[in-house]
Amino acid sequence: MITLLEARNIGKRFGGLQALSDVSLTIRKGEVYGLIGPNGAGKTTFFNVLTGAYTPDGGEFVFNGSLLPTGKPHKVVGRGIARTFQNIRLFRELTALENVMAGHHIRTKAGVWGVLTQNRFTREEERLTTERAYELLKYVGIERFADVVSKNLSYGDQRRLEIARALATEPQLLALDEPAAGMNATETGQLKLLIEQIRRDGITVMLIEHDVKLVMGLCDRVAVLDFGKKIAEDVPAVVQKNEAVIAAYLGGGKHAH
Amino acid sequence: METLIQQLINGLVIGSVYALIALGYTMVYGILGLINFAHGDVLMVGALVALQTMMFLMGMAPGMSPLAMLTIALLVAIVVCMLLGFTMERLAYRRLRNAPRLAPLITAIGVSFLLQTLAMIIWGRNYHTFPQLISTTPLQPIEGVFVTPVQIAIVLASAALMVGLLLLVNRTKIGRAMRATAENHRVASLMGVDTNAVIAFTFVIGAGLAAVAGVMYASNYGIAHYGMGFMPGLKAFTAAVLGGIGNLGGAMLGGVVLGLVESFGAGYIEHLTFGFLNSSYQDIFAFIILGLVLIFRPTGLLGERVSDRA
Repeated sequence: MITLLEARNIGKRFGGLQALSDVSLTIRKGEVYGLIGPNGAGKTTFFNVLTGAYTPDGGEFVFNGSLLPTGKPHKVVGRGIARTFQNIRLFRELTALENVMAGHHIRTKAGVWGVLTQNRFTREEERLTTERAYELLKYVGIERFADVVSKNLSYGDQRRLEIARALATEPQLLALDEPAAGMNATETGQLKLLIEQIRRDGITVMLIEHDVKLVMGLCDRVAVLDFGKKIAEDVPAVVQKNEAVIAAYLGGGKHAH
Repeated sequence: METLIQQLINGLVIGSVYALIALGYTMVYGILGLINFAHGDVLMVGALVALQTMMFLMGMAPGMSPLAMLTIALLVAIVVCMLLGFTMERLAYRRLRNAPRLAPLITAIGVSFLLQTLAMIIWGRNYHTFPQLISTTPLQPIEGVFVTPVQIAIVLASAALMVGLLLLVNRTKIGRAMRATAENHRVASLMGVDTNAVIAFTFVIGAGLAAVAGVMYASNYGIAHYGMGFMPGLKAFTAAVLGGIGNLGGAMLGGVVLGLVESFGAGYIEHLTFGFLNSSYQDIFAFIILGLVLIFRPTGLLGERVSDRA
């Protein structure tokens, strides 16, 4: 198995709170990797540090064999890591199609001059971007809402749109932050199919999720965070039986809640 | 009747200039939540640089056609102002991106003083006659109503620039990146948009429009001066607030409405106050409007685009 992402001793502190301490983990190419843990365990912080939204206090990420820049989110996207958000963060005033096209921005080459003069290259590139955006909307199943302003979409469709927008950046690693949050059973089932499809299409998926059934059914391997520390990492069946994990979830461990 | 039409024309002309300036305020506000109070002084720099360029050209190539001279002067002014806009953002505002809102605001006022003082050092304290290279001989399309070719050029050029800007923002990838950044910087950058570049670009475009507005303003009144940016800057800010700050269409509408109100006000103020005030008090209308809008409709005519920030 080829390693896609290696996190080495990542640390992040907010004032007196050690949100992440010495977290190391390895994600292999082509797998679905779950990151779970109780509320406040540092999962989303890990995503934020990985994607460059926060600068880590210590440690580094090696992606595809080279170091990721820290604190420069758009460069991380350029290297092939895209994410969605726990609480939906679409460009609310843009249409569904425009949201996806905005996600494709980093893969386009036309410069200011090209845009101002609308030369043939720019027009052709814009046409391809539009086409690709339609394909992605179709891929997540919401192409009929292409021209709807995204704040007017239903909750489930907004979640799908976030995934389409992230895919538009052409990632190798797609980081999904609680994609099933607030979804009913049917929607969660469809989401599972979508994530499986994404994996089949060759994109590695990293998943933060509270829905244990979804995580166990979908993930090849799972890491568990508790109080900013990694307490387990293995295939779901083994992690489920891990005592430290059970203690962390039930609150019976050495860090009583 | 002639007075009515005449004031309508005057209002439209000055309103177009306000609208161009207001666009710079509103674009920067839309994307950063910052009122760039130095924006009016960019206009002043544009006018004075154009003036300087014209003087230079008149000395070097006296036979040059006035239109070519004006075009070159305008281009030089645009380039200089764009560089100025870029530098302002890079040196003064970027490092305050995450500071409390008051800090960049006060900085903007500081930048305004800095620009005025620099201009005073370079160009002196005197009023300069601005060469009127487009004919100012009034035409009389209707008996008793006067329009100068300069005024026609101002309205046409403003309209063209505004259409161009709307196309840029709504139909191109840069515009899409601008709108995405305006809604939420952090998310835009997490989706691969280089938000620093987008913000710099916004300042550059706004400054370019201000340069054009500066040349128009100076051409219309025939003078240029280091302090000339203050009043139109303040009025364009009013126009932006009137239209709904952060909203491009609002800035255009607000500019034209303000121009019309001011011009009608100036035309009729003597009748309205039974001769107590004359047309030199026309400036009060802009500020009465600013007060009324802030009291009764703070989101402006078209409303602010409310966006939640990450």
